[in-house]
Amino acid sequence: MERMQQIVGRARAAFNSGRSRPLEFRIQQLKALERMVQEKEKEILAALKADLNKCGPNAYSHEILGVLGELALTMEKLPSWAAPQPVKKNLLTMRDEAYINYEPLGVVLVIGAWNYPFVLVMQPLIGAIAAGNAVVVKPSEVSENTARLVAELLPQYLDKELYPVVTGGVPETTELLTQRFDHILYTGNTAVGRIVMAAAAKHLTPVTLELGGKSPCYIDKDCDLAVACRRITWGKYMNCGQTCIAPDYILCDPSIQSKVVENIKATLKEFYGEDVKSSPDYERIVNQRHFKRVKSLLEGQKIALGGETDEASCFIAPTILTDVSPESKVMEEEIFGPVLPIVTVKSVEEAIEFINRREKPLALYVFSNNKQLIKRVISETSSGGVTGNDVIMHFFLSTLPFGGVGHSGMGAYHGRHSFETFSHRRACLIKDLKMESTNKMRYPPGSQKKVDW
Amino acid sequence: NPYAGLVSHLRASWLSGKTRPMEYRMAQLEALGRFLDDKKQEILEATELDMGKPSFEAFFSEILLCKNELNVTLNNLSHWMKDEYVDKNLVMQLDSAFIRKDPYGVVLIIAPWNYPIHLFLVPLIGAIAAGNCAIIKPSEISKNTETLVAETLSCYLDNDCFAVVTGGVQETTRLLENKFDYIFFTGIPPVGRIVMTAAAKHLTPVTLELGGKNPCYVSDTCDVTNVARRVAWGRFFNAGQTCIAPDYLLCTIEMQEKLMPALREAITEFFGPNPRESPDFGRIVSDKQFQRLRGLLGSGRMAIGGQTDEAERYIAPTVLADVLPSDPAMQEEIFGPILPIVVIANMDEAIDFINARPRPLALYAFSCDSKIVNQVLERTSSGGFCGNDTLMHVTLTSLPFGGIGNSGLGKYHGKFTFDTFSHHRGCLHRNMGLETLNAPRYPPYTQQKLGLLTTTFEVKRRGTCTLL
Repeated sequence: MERMQQIVGRARAAFNSGRSRPLEFRIQQLKALERMVQEKEKEILAALKADLNKCGPNAYSHEILGVLGELALTMEKLPSWAAPQPVKKNLLTMRDEAYINYEPLGVVLVIGAWNYPFVLVMQPLIGAIAAGNAVVVKPSEVSENTARLVAELLPQYLDKELYPVVTGGVPETTELLTQRFDHILYTGNTAVGRIVMAAAAKHLTPVTLELGGKSPCYIDKDCDLAVACRRITWGKYMNCGQTCIAPDYILCDPSIQSKVVENIKATLKEFYGEDVKSSPDYERIVNQRHFKRVKSLLEGQKIALGGETDEASCFIAPTILTDVSPESKVMEEEIFGPVLPIVTVKSVEEAIEFINRREKPLALYVFSNNKQLIKRVISETSSGGVTGNDVIMHFFLSTLPFGGVGHSGMGAYHGRHSFETFSHRRACLIKDLKMESTNKMRYPPGSQKKVDW
Repeated sequence: NPYAGLVSHLRASWLSGKTRPMEYRMAQLEALGRFLDDKKQEILEATELDMGKPSFEAFFSEILLCKNELNVTLNNLSHWMKDEYVDKNLVMQLDSAFIRKDPYGVVLIIAPWNYPIHLFLVPLIGAIAAGNCAIIKPSEISKNTETLVAETLSCYLDNDCFAVVTGGVQETTRLLENKFDYIFFTGIPPVGRIVMTAAAKHLTPVTLELGGKNPCYVSDTCDVTNVARRVAWGRFFNAGQTCIAPDYLLCTIEMQEKLMPALREAITEFFGPNPRESPDFGRIVSDKQFQRLRGLLGSGRMAIGGQTDEAERYIAPTVLADVLPSDPAMQEEIFGPILPIVVIANMDEAIDFINARPRPLALYAFSCDSKIVNQVLERTSSGGFCGNDTLMHVTLTSLPFGGIGNSGLGKYHGKFTFDTFSHHRGCLHRNMGLETLNAPRYPPYTQQKLGLLTTTFEVKRRGTCTLL
């Protein structure tokens, strides 16, 4: 208890000193982060390999490239993002100054996840620093090599008091959550999301919760199946299916189900070769617990492709299940593994109904040559975000807010949205102390004449 | 669960999609406007019965400001509803990227008693504009207004999509057991915590408009008469029962000396020699609040007012001088017609005093020297800020209205209300062709592919020279 209190207390004192507020300081810290990523690239890639068996180019493109991009964008745009924003005035305030002032919130907490352990800690951190806050960083203990590395590196490059790293598991996080923060950004699962929000409620702390769910992927009969399946294969099996916005399951007409399986099979060979297990580009399940969990989803299912597992190495082959029943276990929870169920539906109406009967997902995917159909699916459903005719990609456009809705989360970030998430928009109206005559209208004694005017 | 039926009825209406077309939303909003027009007299009467609200004030806050919000929304709704197209990166040049404003679904609006129409109606405007269904829970403390709303709102709005629920703490607690897609709460911080905790069970996003003690710093260089009028107006409006009222004054002992006669004069100018007889001065809403406020009168030195009448729940416009930080009046949000003055030596001390306390909903600073106003602004934190006046920043619909820390989270008014009740959904609609452009991202992963990806995805800092 005391340790957390001390760490957070120091961060708060550092924030109160005011030194995290000047733009020059923030940019200097972001520059230092950039140097860290560039200088320690080898170490970061090694940690990711140890945690998730990710190979170099893969880890670089998923975790480092994006971070560098976000840093460059933020450093360039920060002066314009942070500038006071004048607003439209009315008759009474015509001669006054009215604007929105962007201010830091104070001490924010960033809780990362294990599946993209570096980027999911760095991207929020970038936004929080840019907004002028102190930031307590809590990487996931499940990806322990990355957590250890982050705890080692950040103090070497950043202001030690303003941006402490806290490591540990559930007990440490629970302790941390008893402290008062001015914003908490949590990436993880729905169940823990509830716990974080309940803890935040005690201090009236605003939260951004990046959770998950089952992201549906509807494939229309009228579409280029080869292209669609290649894109889906990429998004589904990257990181061994452990991606919050992976297409979780497919909805399609029964008549194209076997073609979908064939196309994915062909693509898998293209991607990983004849023997997936020996491909350096195919990852592993992060630990035994998740391995057992994903493996159990295969029970009683029709395995059209894959299904091989190896407990010792936490290997699960890219797997497709066909004619899956909506009531089965694999359709209950977010899969977070390389298992792709196909549920058949007879029409887009049925697909939409199916999707709407379930909790709102983090992402929604629809493949079709028919633009109108895509527009319809978007308009008649709700989800955190959408990509049409591809998967995952909306995550990579930082001008789009990235976040969930309903059980998949609340709030959003990326790019400018991160800056705004971690800022307080303070309404400011500065009047003249003279010019009292215009005020007389509003003062008592009231009269009908004044009301009519 | 007594409200399960109601909530599921609204949810069924929501799923039917009827609240989504713009025409439907405009029609419901226009109906709200008719409600304000038709029931204007009843609203003035109900609020007068509830807290002696002067009809001038009631017209201003419950009718005029609400109609402004309504008109801003009606005028701009089609524009606000449109997909917002965003800048794209190199790889997505041929794609369509936009932010879609989706309704949340079924929302809950819990309103307090002090501006009983305004504080449910303005959020409701945004909820309807954003395409949601809504349950409105007005405060049981402003009984007459509660009855008015419960009995008449249903004559104007679609009853399949909008419902009013009445009751007290018990009913609200049961209501909060249900799953809502958004909860908008205006009230005090302890209840804000309860609401957010209940919301956490369903992962329901919330906006909490809470309160606190709004400081009002008056520098030594100022026009004392104007300051006194503006502060008195803000403090005694609605007999002080305003979340953004200047709660206490901070000034030097010399300024306290100068302000006192000016405040006395302003009060007399506004309410006459006996404010009890003025139709323009309100009453305290309940016996409980009256007793609480009476207990604060012993703080400091009674300089102006102090008279009370229990039967009428009347407390005179009161100014307390030389109040100490340890006095009862400085321990809680006052929410009544009592203005304590806390003496400080200089601006730095005032700023330290403010920063040692929870962040308020509003912060006021008065000075003829704009540098002083700016310094107070820059060195403090608050929901909103108004220099050289009180209350007025919330009448500008282009400014966001909300708190920070203990004074709340989220914001509304104008477009901000629409945005509050919308889910901003990031949408990328890609081209099915041009598959070759995607090749660099697919396994097998190679350094060469990585190089290609880096070139196309990278954001370069302007001014960095890559030719070295």
